[in-house]
Amino acid sequence: MIENWPLLTIITFLPMIGVLFLLMIRGDEASVTRNARHVALWVSGFTFIISLALVFGFDSTSSGYQFEENRAWLPAVGISYHLGVDGISMPFILLSTLLSPLAILASWKAITHRVREYMIAFLVLETMMIGMFASLDMLMFYLFFEGVLIPMFLIIGVWGGGRRVYAAFKFFLYTLLGSVLMLVCMLAMYLDAGTTDIPALTAHSFAAGVQTWLFIGFLASFAVKVPMWPVHTWLPDAHVEAPTAGSMILAGVLLKMGGYGFIRFSLPMFPLASEMFAPLIFALSIIAIVYTSLVALAQSDMKKLIAYSSVAHMGFVTIGIFTLTEQGVAGAMFQMISHGLVSAALFFCVGVVYDRLHTRDISAYGGVAAVMPRYAVFFMFMMLASVGLPGTSGFVGEMLVLVGAWKASSWVAFFTATGLVLGATYMLWLYRRVMFGTIESADVGAMERISRREVLIFAPLTVLVLWFGIYPASLLDVMANSILAVLDNAASGGAMVIAGR
Amino acid sequence: MYASIVFLPLFGAIIAGILSLGNRDRAAELVTVTGLLLSLLFSIIAFAKVAIGGQPIIIDIARWIVSGDFEAMWRLRFDTLTAVMLIVVTGVSSMVHIYSIGYMSHDNARARFMAYLSLFTFAMLMLVTADNLVQLFFGWEGVGVASYLLIGFWYKKESAHTAAMKAFVVNRVGDFGFALGILAVYQIFGSVQFDDIFANAAAMRYTEIGFLGQAMPALEVAGILLFIGAMGKSAQLGLHTWLPDAMEGPTPVSALIHAATMVTAGVFMVCRLSPMLEYAPLSLDIITVVGALTAIFAATVGFTQFDIKRVIAYSTCSQLGYMFFAAGVSAYPAAMFHLTTHAFFKALLFLGAGSVIHAMSDEQDLRNMGGIWRKIPVTYVMMWVGSLALAGFPFFAGFYSKDMILEAAFAAHTPVGNMAFWLGCLAAFLTAFYSWRLLIMAFHGKPRASEEVMSHIHESPLVMTVPLFVLAVGAIFSGWLGYELFVGHDMAAFWGDSIFILPEHHAMEHAHHVPTWVKLLPVGLATSGVVIAVLCYAVWTGVPAAMARTFSPIHKFFFNKWYFDELYDILFVRPAVRFGAFLWQRGDRDVIDGFGPDGMSAMVVRVSAFAARLQSGFVFHYAFAMLIGVVVLVTWYYLRFGGL
Repeated sequence: MIENWPLLTIITFLPMIGVLFLLMIRGDEASVTRNARHVALWVSGFTFIISLALVFGFDSTSSGYQFEENRAWLPAVGISYHLGVDGISMPFILLSTLLSPLAILASWKAITHRVREYMIAFLVLETMMIGMFASLDMLMFYLFFEGVLIPMFLIIGVWGGGRRVYAAFKFFLYTLLGSVLMLVCMLAMYLDAGTTDIPALTAHSFAAGVQTWLFIGFLASFAVKVPMWPVHTWLPDAHVEAPTAGSMILAGVLLKMGGYGFIRFSLPMFPLASEMFAPLIFALSIIAIVYTSLVALAQSDMKKLIAYSSVAHMGFVTIGIFTLTEQGVAGAMFQMISHGLVSAALFFCVGVVYDRLHTRDISAYGGVAAVMPRYAVFFMFMMLASVGLPGTSGFVGEMLVLVGAWKASSWVAFFTATGLVLGATYMLWLYRRVMFGTIESADVGAMERISRREVLIFAPLTVLVLWFGIYPASLLDVMANSILAVLDNAASGGAMVIAGR
Repeated sequence: MYASIVFLPLFGAIIAGILSLGNRDRAAELVTVTGLLLSLLFSIIAFAKVAIGGQPIIIDIARWIVSGDFEAMWRLRFDTLTAVMLIVVTGVSSMVHIYSIGYMSHDNARARFMAYLSLFTFAMLMLVTADNLVQLFFGWEGVGVASYLLIGFWYKKESAHTAAMKAFVVNRVGDFGFALGILAVYQIFGSVQFDDIFANAAAMRYTEIGFLGQAMPALEVAGILLFIGAMGKSAQLGLHTWLPDAMEGPTPVSALIHAATMVTAGVFMVCRLSPMLEYAPLSLDIITVVGALTAIFAATVGFTQFDIKRVIAYSTCSQLGYMFFAAGVSAYPAAMFHLTTHAFFKALLFLGAGSVIHAMSDEQDLRNMGGIWRKIPVTYVMMWVGSLALAGFPFFAGFYSKDMILEAAFAAHTPVGNMAFWLGCLAAFLTAFYSWRLLIMAFHGKPRASEEVMSHIHESPLVMTVPLFVLAVGAIFSGWLGYELFVGHDMAAFWGDSIFILPEHHAMEHAHHVPTWVKLLPVGLATSGVVIAVLCYAVWTGVPAAMARTFSPIHKFFFNKWYFDELYDILFVRPAVRFGAFLWQRGDRDVIDGFGPDGMSAMVVRVSAFAARLQSGFVFHYAFAMLIGVVVLVTWYYLRFGGL
């Protein structure tokens, strides 16, 4: 029966089957390249189709884990192969399986050397991402969480731009510190609770003082991933050097690992510390929103501008999570999914013109709307979604985060809302400088209209951004019960620790 | 049928948008105009049923944003207030659609233009039919985007896309207030649904909430924040800077969006929220003061400008001020009345100005016009009708509505009401003055345009003059027809529950019983304004220049629009860009990277030769090493604990 299939295992490791195929391809350079592209696209596309079973089989009335698989792995130490999804992780898995084939399609023409290796890296990356969101065992989570970095390093370091080594190195330094601290914390948690099982750890209540240290350790790792101010400086460099598809996945999925981690670990497991550190998180996030928005205004590089805008948008996410309110967390989740779609599309927008003109310098463009009218429509739409226009998915997340923020404090809401003005300013300015005006250079005038392949990448993202903007209930309903469970757990867990003192 | 009023323009916009990809201009025009005319027809039926028949109705569409107890639904609300707006919006919009066929006939992106116009109409209709604040915000931002697209329609023009961006960003500043206002309302009432807000407003009269660390009267906080939103959209003093620049858009856009409909959204919102604002006296006073100041400010700027469209734009700004101070003294019906009549005569003036510009080969400067009234008589007559209505001459539309507002302000017998009355009277004088200044400079005197331009002057085609004619009928009769209904003695029955006025706020009733001099003063001032304008610009033509020289500082101050743009540039725009660059260079690069990754790497390099190999490029080696480390660690634990 289909119910008994290990669906999550299949989805997680299906891309690895593709990797096996890729390794087996023989022949001359051209045919290897051609076959590698097709194998990667088909495998990731097939993975996406199978992952749709998660959506249709998902019971959104339940707050528990679904599609669970639990097998002993290292029984002696209580480590098991435990997979499962709830309303929080399921949307992220879909986001990963959707963006992977789109990213591969986006690299169709842009990547011309070592295509086989590139595709292998992407498929490994997909497995790692899905595995991370599906893991219900802390050790497995950690393996996937760190494992994601390897293919990403390769993608930036091998297929990246001129300063790729510096960018990868910077990312490495940031991540290293966070990861070490998180690993130490995980060991401490294991020693305290005697298990690495995430549901069991969620039920376990850590002593108040322990919570503080554990929270800091996890914060070190998640803050880098989000990224939060002031550990965000790796992101602009990584984006600038990464190939288009790398940026799409980096902004689309990898930035959500931190937010997901906060919701999965910090909130339910260290509720007291979460409450205690909330003001700090608010302060850092507000700085992120205002600071990076202003910095985005000063950029002359398209990718850097969008990278900085990502930091500002992630500021909304961290504020939402730590309001510890239903609307705030739901808004943060929604904002992450929305940003995943929108920022991937925006980075692809940059990629489209980069492929034609081979520069990311804003001043090299101007007047593009006249030569690429369809592209102008897509770019305009995504730009508006990015500034949170009602009717697009961007609005729903921001609105709910603001609702949660106001509940926490009107000050927080006040400063968060400045993002509405600043966000509009830098995005509109970007669009104006690239798309409007008269055509100054002959190269711009000679740019080709977007191809069918490029439309094929924009179309699903556009449809989803619009759909989630008009009928967000389809996503909010899926998440609602799981978010409530997290918050209930945080509330009761906190109460238990206080009672036990 | 009710829902189709709103959605027909959307379908029109989508179809026209698709047609624009194939440059099927004629088909796009046909589709959008048909959609609008049907929408207008249904609006008239809806007006008869809802407003005249007194049967408000609410239509559920779907769930929208639902999270916990926060609920915002897609739902259409049709009551008298909405029905009035439906007539205004679909009426003016359909005329503008038809007019555009002629006006834009030389443009090669007509389908796109029509799609934007219909998209705007859809968003505006969503705004006026909203049943909760969030959906109102949807329409609010939707019209903002449509306005952005249309101002920047000629996107190759530097000034056009600069103005478009300015409009969007300044509006966003207002929306910042609006968004916070929604949050305040949600905290106070636990709902953003209009019915919930209205039902509980009285009970919340004395409630306080904490806002930015202060305990403040709850309804005042919500009222003022929401009004900031209204100030942005309706171009009130302080957030008005975008409106004159918005004249960069094609003239039909100025008529529809920046005169008749979108800019009145703020007035509509204030009237819509009357059941809440009635319990927020401070908010009402602020609305009155801002409205009165805007009315006089814009009028002073208007009579110094030379761009024909900017003169009318400042006039719009000024008239919106009237509407706000009417609402501020609880004369919401008068505000809505003026909104309606203004929509007709101001759209007429803009389209008339468009007709002039069209005839003069895209000339907009009054100094280069003159002496053309014989060549374009229909347009000339239409401009007269519009100006008479705007100045408030007896039996034209503006006469009924503007006098009603001034009388209500007088009858309020409050300090702010008196202030509004006197500033309003002064503005009425200036209004008449700049209107006739415009008429004389544009149509009379010696021709100042080149021979080339003068030889091409022609009357506009029927497709442009017929809409002018329809609007002129409205500009003449809408005041006379609407008076009894909107502000007459049975107005309470007409407005039903859609407008609420506290019994102790009696400006509306007392307005009918003000002293005779109050009734005569506005007409007298308007007449003297016309006479002086005629004297200055037709008889003693040297006077204006001499005056400008004599009162040079004041003239400069008015001519440069009170230096708002320069002030904002110094205060906000330049510091933001410079501060951004500072944060990037000094903050990110020097401080964070300097002490963070770059500083660390420099140190590592110095400390050991081994670490230098970190920069060999094989960073992934280290990631692998880390992973291996984990496996080793697990194995160690397995052996250590599991093995025992």
